[in-house]
Amino acid sequence: MNLFAHELRAEQLLFWRNREAAFFTFFLPVIFFLIFASVYGDTRIKKEGNIRGASFLEAGMIGYGVAATCFAGLAITLVIRRESGILKRIRATPLPPPAYLLAVLASTFVVFLIEAVLIIAIGRLLFSVPVPGRLLSLLAVLAIGALCFAAMGVGITGLVHSAEGSSAVINAVYLPMAIISGTFFTPNSYPQFLRVIATVLPLTHYTQLTRDVMVRGQHVWHDWGAIAVVGVWGLIGLAAAIRGFRWQPFES
Amino acid sequence: MRAIKVEGLAKRYGSHEALRGIDFEIGAGEVFGLLGPNGAGKTTTIEILEGYRERDAGTVEVLGEDPQRADRAWRERLGVVLQSSSLYPNLTVRESLRIFGGYYASPRNAGEVIDIVGLAEKADARVRTLSGGQKRRLDLGLALVGNPELVFLDEPTTGFDPGARRAAWETIRNLRSLGTTILLTTHYLDEAEQLSDRVAVLREGRIVREGSPAELTGGNPETEIRYRRNGDLVVEATTDPTRRLYELTAAAVEQGEELVELEVRRPTLEDVYLELTAED
Repeated sequence: MNLFAHELRAEQLLFWRNREAAFFTFFLPVIFFLIFASVYGDTRIKKEGNIRGASFLEAGMIGYGVAATCFAGLAITLVIRRESGILKRIRATPLPPPAYLLAVLASTFVVFLIEAVLIIAIGRLLFSVPVPGRLLSLLAVLAIGALCFAAMGVGITGLVHSAEGSSAVINAVYLPMAIISGTFFTPNSYPQFLRVIATVLPLTHYTQLTRDVMVRGQHVWHDWGAIAVVGVWGLIGLAAAIRGFRWQPFES
Repeated sequence: MRAIKVEGLAKRYGSHEALRGIDFEIGAGEVFGLLGPNGAGKTTTIEILEGYRERDAGTVEVLGEDPQRADRAWRERLGVVLQSSSLYPNLTVRESLRIFGGYYASPRNAGEVIDIVGLAEKADARVRTLSGGQKRRLDLGLALVGNPELVFLDEPTTGFDPGARRAAWETIRNLRSLGTTILLTTHYLDEAEQLSDRVAVLREGRIVREGSPAELTGGNPETEIRYRRNGDLVVEATTDPTRRLYELTAAAVEQGEELVELEVRRPTLEDVYLELTAED
């Protein structure tokens, strides 16, 4: 427990010290929220049941945020640490591997939680978006997203073999996913082929679930189908993580 | 007291036999140098002892335990410097040492480690601003922060300039005087000669020679005498250097000649090493 707390503090220091990573994973969703909500915050979105643009976007940026922090940020960090030999070095210390991995995950979840709170606070203060009423359902939604996308984030590390390529490969996966999944624009207005792609992506279902809970005041369990899709993707990520996660760099 | 005992250690990668049955022992407090050209099996050996790789055959005992089954208590007693530098670029030297120190039950104080590795002026500098040699010294510091009984150093000074190498040697000598057992791999012969109590030379997965640097060079009975005559370099190898030198100098004095660039030298570890590892 002491070791876990020690490592969690270390991970927080490491995350906030790394300015570029903190910008892309933590601040970018916040900045996009500020920009896009200023542009169409007051527009009503017909294809999403006439909700306000700012409300639509607030839930969307939580979805974008979970992909940025728990999936992309976590995956890039782990690949770089693995390839630079840091994971290998940690393996030689008495720090138990489960304590290390749990602390890395917990630190990622802390960052995502702060991001979600910040987005909701900005929505309330600058764009008059009411704070979601169903707080327990909201917490459940954040937890489901954090766990499933982190599983996918660890899972993809086995497919990326070099530190140099890690951010290019992972950004190429998650940025198009974030856009197609409707975090910025409603997928209901997309052409047919994009909608087909969107229906298989976990972030589409996750963003829908987030909107239903945050904007439409639904309980988290009202859409088991969406939870199931995100959960299955999470399990695929977990299986890939168990198979592909490694402590030692890929040898050249 | 014995820190490491290796018997019949073998390892293959596919059809390549990286280690073909090696044996050696390292006593507590000893500095043991593992020498050999690239691909001889140095890193494979050290990584098996560190617990990173599994062996195919043989027995290995490190601080009384089998590294393949070792636990946390064993890792408390061990320090590891990997072949390439592995650090967090955005932390300071002191922060890095505090974080890694926190993994151990009774770590050394960060300030003490900073003094041991000679990074006092850089204690609060970000790791990414350090020179290559300074980063390598921090690598060593992270291996020492747990106050280990045994330290593995895989090519600790590769890429250093001569000044940095001397400084690193001084650090390693300090460690030895604190009673730390050290296993070091290197392909710098002078480094092995300067630091090691005993040396083993690996070649194609076998130990071809083992002993103290003096024993290794002392095994060769020949002494070399070199000088120039009419501009041409003359090299003589003799088992009777006193008499031969007397004859040479007496003859030269008689004829009023000068033996230009006269030199008498014993084979260095480097000569022995080159002979042992020569491709034949």
